Amino acid sequence: MTTADTAPLSYPFNTADNLSLSEAYDEARNRPGLLQVRMAYGEPAWLVTRYAEARFVLGDQRFSRALGLERDEPRQSEGSLNSGILSMDPPEHTRLRSLVAKAFTVRQVEKLRPQVKELTGQLLDELEDAGPPADLVDRYALPIPVAVICRMLGVPVEDRPKFRAWSDAALSTSSLTAEEFDANREELRAYMGQLIEEHRRHPQDDLMTALIDARDAGDRLSELELVDLCIGILVAGHETTATQIPNFVLTLLDHPEELARLRERPELMAGAVEELLRFVPLGSGAGQPRYATEDIEVGGTLVRAGTPVLVAVGAANRDALRFSSPGTLDFARTGNQHLGFGHGVHHCLGAPLARLELQEALGALITRFPGLHVAGDVQWKTEMLVRGPRVLPVGW
Amino acid sequence: MSRQVEVDPQRCIGSGICAGTAPGLFVLDGPRSRPVREEIDGDDELALDAADLCPAMAITVREDGREIAPRD
Repeated sequence: MTTADTAPLSYPFNTADNLSLSEAYDEARNRPGLLQVRMAYGEPAWLVTRYAEARFVLGDQRFSRALGLERDEPRQSEGSLNSGILSMDPPEHTRLRSLVAKAFTVRQVEKLRPQVKELTGQLLDELEDAGPPADLVDRYALPIPVAVICRMLGVPVEDRPKFRAWSDAALSTSSLTAEEFDANREELRAYMGQLIEEHRRHPQDDLMTALIDARDAGDRLSELELVDLCIGILVAGHETTATQIPNFVLTLLDHPEELARLRERPELMAGAVEELLRFVPLGSGAGQPRYATEDIEVGGTLVRAGTPVLVAVGAANRDALRFSSPGTLDFARTGNQHLGFGHGVHHCLGAPLARLELQEALGALITRFPGLHVAGDVQWKTEMLVRGPRVLPVGW
Repeated sequence: MSRQVEVDPQRCIGSGICAGTAPGLFVLDGPRSRPVREEIDGDDELALDAADLCPAMAITVREDGREIAPRD
């Protein structure tokens, strides 16, 4: 082998100002074994791009997230991401996740559908009153998941501008120094700590109160775990959905035939959202490396114990070995078991809620505005772990 | 004392949470999960954890015919 073959490739491959999947992933999927990549910070890692191997690495306990805390994790920004529950392995992970899992089951979340429907209706009324062009991100995509998660968790929705800035920074890949990164996290912790104290004094019918009870009456988690879990739910509970709503709108507008089909047959919406989750590569690159705890063969490469593996779910979701015509957006696709929400113990806690919000947000929007179109320059989030428009002006 | 584990294939979404949490008890069979064996030892709490964590509430654990998980 030549040196050029063995030098790790610079990663991530995707560019931030669009939603396309880099062609480098095609090459990676089609070559035997795994690629070595290097991110801006941290040690080199193996990159998994095929579906079967992605599911294997994400689903097997011999790959650890917690080990990364002791290591120089591959990452896009200098600040080290201790992602709370996302940086834990079973059984610690199980202990925390059990406390919140009940609130996010398919059955529990389905009860929220009427209020999400009402919310989309109100926001569309306001959008119509304001008139075009209007920023779909600020007036629609963000307010929906923010309102839902705030109500569920017990965070005042008026504080949105405050935690918006913190949450932006938490997911930022920009040149925040490690100190700035930590300072931001401490501010967010102080804010959440204060809300928790208020809830302690005045218990509410919300998830924060239930978690406080699990701590104070059951001693099932530490105070810091409680704070970080609430932060995790707040940030993860809105950022990705708020980003995918405009992403899915842009993708629909790029596929007018599929959009027309969806307008004619609204019952296709659930399948359409699944297909969009498969088709749209949200991340600029893979994150949350998994560390092998023993020597394990993955797709023809021997991954040594203590080595990190990155799983590119966006690439795995376009693996022709798993999905026929993977590059085609097809709302009639069956057996669409995409990895958009990940896989294994860290499978997105909020997946049922995200599905519901995406279905309702898209359905209401395309029904209300048959002439929906982009009406101005799209500004992209260029320095975030997730890709999507920061501003999306639309007309109708 | 033995317990019975069941995965409802109609509800299962194949998240892989159960197989990751309790690899000795659940295995992914294609897109869906199934119990490795239907009868398990009564002291194996991992089955209860897996039932609690399942977002689809597809896992049921019974003891002497009585449902003991998912827990409230």
